Amino acid sequence: MSDPKIALAGHRFFSGIDPAIVETLAECAREVSFAAGEYLVREGEPADRFFLLEYGTVALELHRPGRDPLVLETIHEGEVVGTSWVVPPYRWSADARALDLVRAIAIDVRCLRGKSDSDPKLGYELLKRFLPLFVQRLEAVRLQLLDVYGKSPD
Amino acid sequence: MPEAQVPASQGSIMDREGLQALLDVLTSRGFGVVGPRVRDEAVVYEPIRNVADLPEGWTDRQDGGRYRLERREDRALFGYAVGPHSWKQFLFPSRQRLWQARRTETGLEFLEEPSRDERWAFLGVRACELCAIAIQDRVFLGGVHRDRSYAERRQRVFVVAVQCAEPSGTCFCVSMQAGPKATCGFDLALTELLHAGSHRFLVEAGSRVGQEVLAAIPHRPANEDERRAAEKVTALAAARMGRTLETRGIRELLQSHPEHPRWEEVASRCLSCGNCTMVCPTCFCSTVEDHSDLSGKHTERMRLWDSCFTLGFSYLHGGSVRKEIRSRYRQWMTHKLSTWFDQFGSSGCVGCGRCITWCPVGIDITEEARAMRSSLPEETAHV
Amino acid sequence: MRDPDPFVPRLFRVEEARRENADTTTLGLVPSHGEIPSFLPGQFFMLYAFGVAEIPVSVSGLSGTGRLLHTIRAVGAGSRALCRLRPGDFLGARGPYGSAWPLDRAEGDDLLLIAGGLGAAPIRSALLRALAERERYGRVVFLYGARGPTELLFRPELEGWQRRPDLEVQVTVDHAPPSWRGSVGVVPERIGHARFSPAHTTAFVCGPEVMMRFTASALLAAGVSSERIFLSMERNMKCALALCGRCQFGPAFVCREGPIFRYDRIARLLFLREI
Ligand SMILES: Cc1cc2nc3c(=O)[nH]c(=O)nc-3n(C[C@H](O)[C@H](O)[C@H](O)COP(=O)(O)OP(=O)(O)OC[C@H]3O[C@@H](n4cnc5c(N)ncnc54)[C@H](O)[C@@H]3O)c2cc1C
Ligand code: SF4
Ligand code: SF4
Ligand code: FES
Repeated sequence: MSDPKIALAGHRFFSGIDPAIVETLAECAREVSFAAGEYLVREGEPADRFFLLEYGTVALELHRPGRDPLVLETIHEGEVVGTSWVVPPYRWSADARALDLVRAIAIDVRCLRGKSDSDPKLGYELLKRFLPLFVQRLEAVRLQLLDVYGKSPD
Repeated sequence: MPEAQVPASQGSIMDREGLQALLDVLTSRGFGVVGPRVRDEAVVYEPIRNVADLPEGWTDRQDGGRYRLERREDRALFGYAVGPHSWKQFLFPSRQRLWQARRTETGLEFLEEPSRDERWAFLGVRACELCAIAIQDRVFLGGVHRDRSYAERRQRVFVVAVQCAEPSGTCFCVSMQAGPKATCGFDLALTELLHAGSHRFLVEAGSRVGQEVLAAIPHRPANEDERRAAEKVTALAAARMGRTLETRGIRELLQSHPEHPRWEEVASRCLSCGNCTMVCPTCFCSTVEDHSDLSGKHTERMRLWDSCFTLGFSYLHGGSVRKEIRSRYRQWMTHKLSTWFDQFGSSGCVGCGRCITWCPVGIDITEEARAMRSSLPEETAHV
Repeated sequence: MRDPDPFVPRLFRVEEARRENADTTTLGLVPSHGEIPSFLPGQFFMLYAFGVAEIPVSVSGLSGTGRLLHTIRAVGAGSRALCRLRPGDFLGARGPYGSAWPLDRAEGDDLLLIAGGLGAAPIRSALLRALAERERYGRVVFLYGARGPTELLFRPELEGWQRRPDLEVQVTVDHAPPSWRGSVGVVPERIGHARFSPAHTTAFVCGPEVMMRFTASALLAAGVSSERIFLSMERNMKCALALCGRCQFGPAFVCREGPIFRYDRIARLLFLREI
């Protein structure tokens, strides 16, 4: 496997990041891969990681009794899987399943927490990159909720 | 339809008998004459045959939401302003068949409307109404797609204008540069001259057909006094407008204030009844309906007047775009005074005052324009 | 000689009726007499279902066999009646009307064709034209959002497009069952993942108004110039001749200046309510 430092610095999510921070992040990072159909995480489990997708696609799914699971969102190369680690109760709020062969950098959040507590710059940098993600997701969810392609626009 | 301008005539004089002769000549030339007459306590436009059909000795008192006929002290035939009717009902009927379709052995067949040879002569057209007709000409004939039925009706119309002597309380044609003097767009124009027991008309011809018709009725050249008296009629009328509307910058003013609180205010009074659009001589919006017979083999495509005040007007599947009355009034007034310029190169309002008079709650377009302007700082108000 | 009456439809015969999904059908039409009227991608016709209604419908393309294609979603009386037509049936059609996608103006640019739901119909005719003249453009990207996988239009064709090396296709749906292999999410989110150079990109967008607003914002955020974004608008229509007044959108008649508008020219109106 390649050097996580190079992979991290080259990932779109961390584009333009301070190399010093990459050093720190790399200490908590490792490369992982999942075969098609494998779960990256399961709803309800502790959210102790997030993933930077290098290639492949991941589906966030909710399962519903008596009905087919529903895919809420797909996450693609260059994007991030996992935001539940940011806020309590630090548990995954959906299943994340690999749709095809997925390769990613997994960041260990417990490792990271220890470091960001002592390094406010790291915490700020992470927040700066995750916040737009939340806003984008919120807007997207709004649009989905509107069901704009449905028959009655109400 | 008046063709190319003819040299300005010096004016001729005819008397009441001359007017009857005019009606007779027009009838004998195949025109169906429509003109003013009193019906249901209003002056309306209907077929007429004789001078006796005209609203002799009547005038109208008008204000916001009010219209009343009153007796005049003289025997004027055209001593009123305008009533609820306008000439658009003849050129653009409120209900009209566009075409028919029929199922046949082999499929389907569309039947065009035959050309009809009805020819109207309009008697008593006011200056503002000539402007309104010119505006509708631009709507129906000025674009890429011409309305054929309008064109066919329009080109055969003979217009007898009557200069205004008696503007009503809701008139503001002077503000809209649409009156009170008719200067073109007519075949003949009459100025009614009532003086010390004499009752005469100064007649001007505005087209070659007009000259021909005039030649067929008894008349004599007008003298200088008579010409001056005629001038005075419209000059006095111009000075007695019931309303005014400041048009400077109105186009920008309305389009740049779609969220002005005044829209909300007027919406609290407006019933969205659409009366203003029905009586307006320039409003042209329409809808279509299919009327099928019981066999299901034959259907008629009908066109009917419609109003931007109805909920269905802006319907898209799932709901209407303009749900609130506020948006509908804004659409109407902005269209009349502003976006009409973008679409047809002129104002959509001629200042006839009908929308004010026939609004059941007396909403006044001139007042709304004033309120909107006065609530804004000078520079934005005048743009 | 009388002028022609612009209100009277021409007689057309249905030659094919292809079901696209649960409520949408593509009709292939040929005139009973005379030539197929020539049209530009983005323009629409007024289609008349006998005894029911006449409604505006965009051209979704011209078939290989020269049929005029219209893709219609059954939402009300008129569209339902049209969707029920079968090969051999007749209908009335008049047109084409309205403005077209500015494919010539976009020459040399990357072309971003973005459709939401039924918006794929008018976008399809632009896509087909662009693919037929592929060398005129830089990258060509087709971004297509739908409610769910079963609601996608033009499915067989979509697969063909996805295989083309000279076309990037991104399909995304609002919700999907786990069997769906494609993307789940909304169109504006996909824009950041498409490959195009924003400074030299022309975007055509057609879909529900809300989707177009969000999409236009995302395009602007990505660096596409507001003068190179074009939207296709809808308003109630009865005549398509600029004679009935129904389709007014601010100072414009959607049937005459539209349906395709340049974004910067209507941006102000787009964000006003009930215009
Ligand atoms: C430029 C343009 C292109 C269009 N292209 C397509 C297309 O390719 N495929 C397609 O399925 N639909 C298209 N539409 C929408 C289609 O015209 C409407 O779905 C249709 O008019 C609904 O009529 P209805 O009788 O089925 O429904 P109803 O809900 O019964 O509608 C009643 C009447 O309201 C009006 N109306 C309702 N919705 C609309 C609307 N969205 N736009 C305009 N008038 C409306 C029509 O006059 C219609 O006759 C287009 C609309 C426009 C303006
Ligand atoms: S808007 Fe009112 S005043 Fe103006 S032309 Fe129409 S009816 Fe007359
Ligand atoms: S302004 Fe008056 S006439 Fe016009 S819709 Fe409102 S209430 Fe009716
Ligand atoms: S549809 Fe009649 S004016 Fe546009």
